[in-house]
Amino acid sequence: MTKVTYITPAGDEIVVNSDEPNLMQAAVANQVDGILGDCGGVASCATCHVQIDPQWIEKVATASDIEQGMLELEDNVTENSRLGCQVKLTPELDGLVVRVVGQ
Amino acid sequence: MNENDQRYVIVGAGHAAAQLCASLMQASWKGKITVIGDEPHPPYHRPPLSKSFLNPQSPEPLQFIRPQSFYNDHSIELILGQRVEAIDRTAREVRVGKRTIPYSTLTLATGSTHRRPPIEGIDHENVLTLQTAAQAFDIREKIRSGNTVVVIGAGFIGLEVAASLRQLGVQVVVLERMERVLSRVTSPEVSSFFEALHQSYDVQLHTGVNVMAIDEVKGGLAVRTDKGQEFKADFVVVGAGAVPNDGLAKQAGLTVDNGIHVDQSNRTDDPNIYAVGDCCNQFHSIYQIRLRLESVQNAIDQAKTVAASITGQTATTNTLPWFWSDQYDVKLQIAGVSTGYDQCLIRGTAEPGQSFSAWYLKSGRLIAVDAINDSRVYAVASKLIPARRRPALNQITDNNFTPKELLQSASEVDHA
Repeated sequence: MTKVTYITPAGDEIVVNSDEPNLMQAAVANQVDGILGDCGGVASCATCHVQIDPQWIEKVATASDIEQGMLELEDNVTENSRLGCQVKLTPELDGLVVRVVGQ
Repeated sequence: MNENDQRYVIVGAGHAAAQLCASLMQASWKGKITVIGDEPHPPYHRPPLSKSFLNPQSPEPLQFIRPQSFYNDHSIELILGQRVEAIDRTAREVRVGKRTIPYSTLTLATGSTHRRPPIEGIDHENVLTLQTAAQAFDIREKIRSGNTVVVIGAGFIGLEVAASLRQLGVQVVVLERMERVLSRVTSPEVSSFFEALHQSYDVQLHTGVNVMAIDEVKGGLAVRTDKGQEFKADFVVVGAGAVPNDGLAKQAGLTVDNGIHVDQSNRTDDPNIYAVGDCCNQFHSIYQIRLRLESVQNAIDQAKTVAASITGQTATTNTLPWFWSDQYDVKLQIAGVSTGYDQCLIRGTAEPGQSFSAWYLKSGRLIAVDAINDSRVYAVASKLIPARRRPALNQITDNNFTPKELLQSASEVDHA
């Protein structure tokens, strides 16, 4: 189980403990608003845009070129932006905090 | 009728049904929702079935679009593993087995069914199609490294299955009736790239061949072509296109011609019945032709349109169609529909290991882009096409201009 705190676009904090493989699926399984995952998690739709809390950014692997390309033209993109589906939930990320950008 | 008394019935439990439920809940719609699907599962993601799902070494569970708790929390009734047999438009009810379920509004989200071309032996138990979870489970269980599989049809499903099986150590033969792969959806340039890609992974690819018969032989099947070839196979996968599931609508007297005809709000000719996704056929304002699209994007966007219509909100209609396909380490992303293009410009080098894109124009207007391992180009194209904008032609093919620069420099083109 990995603990993740999602801060929704409305400012609510949702804390989940999840065995799902990535940040998108953990959010969908727990009905976190603003994360859709329309493409199922293959970096094709950009409906799971999150911003990683700056304190955690070092622990999260860098985005692939495809992922970066999908994010570049998105609204509210920052250097901490990631597609949730591409962030694998590993034990090192236990306690992770992310901000949900939403659509 | 008071919204609380409304009874909304969705026939079909795929991507569109899940999105309809989600959008109606987001709009705080108060009526009662019933979803009826003929598969035993709540809506799940279908695209992985031909890709990562097939790996028997790390068997993935089905990935549900929404968790079961979503339907429970919102008191959405799921009737699964059952098929709607008839619609009574006068009484406004649907018949499911012995039950009749009344509706105030009905949406047909019945999808499409993979074709089985009329070939001798096509109904053999080891001749499979890959569309449902059950079919994917079946294929996954049959896979053994060192097996040989013949794939009939080199469209998206056929090529994705070929790539997935090849990566699992299966010998793969692909037989395609047309002269090139993906001929229905892309240009010869992009087809050539995918042919070279599959050949580089030792897929045996034969185009321009018709399968004449599939015979049971000792130890498996033999697939025979009109060129006199014979390919042995442990099993066969057929990816030969799909037909819309519009029989129920036809039987109910709705207008049907290659899908259920719907207006810009996805209404059929009965104002109480909508149709969405693969099963419907709609005039598309960007392309000025009727389209029947088979894609996740189309199912989701049309579902949003219907939800907006039901809740009295302004509906967005005719959004840009988009598609993707993942094969080996190649990601193909398609923005728009290239049908009817009269000019194709290639940006980059169309060779395995490279990223490149094909830009399709019709009468000077940009109508579609295929981006291969180039999500930046895809993202830019997704903005340009619906805005009817286009970069200068010499800039499109010049990699010194970044995709972002192409977006900035593009101007409106008002031909077509």
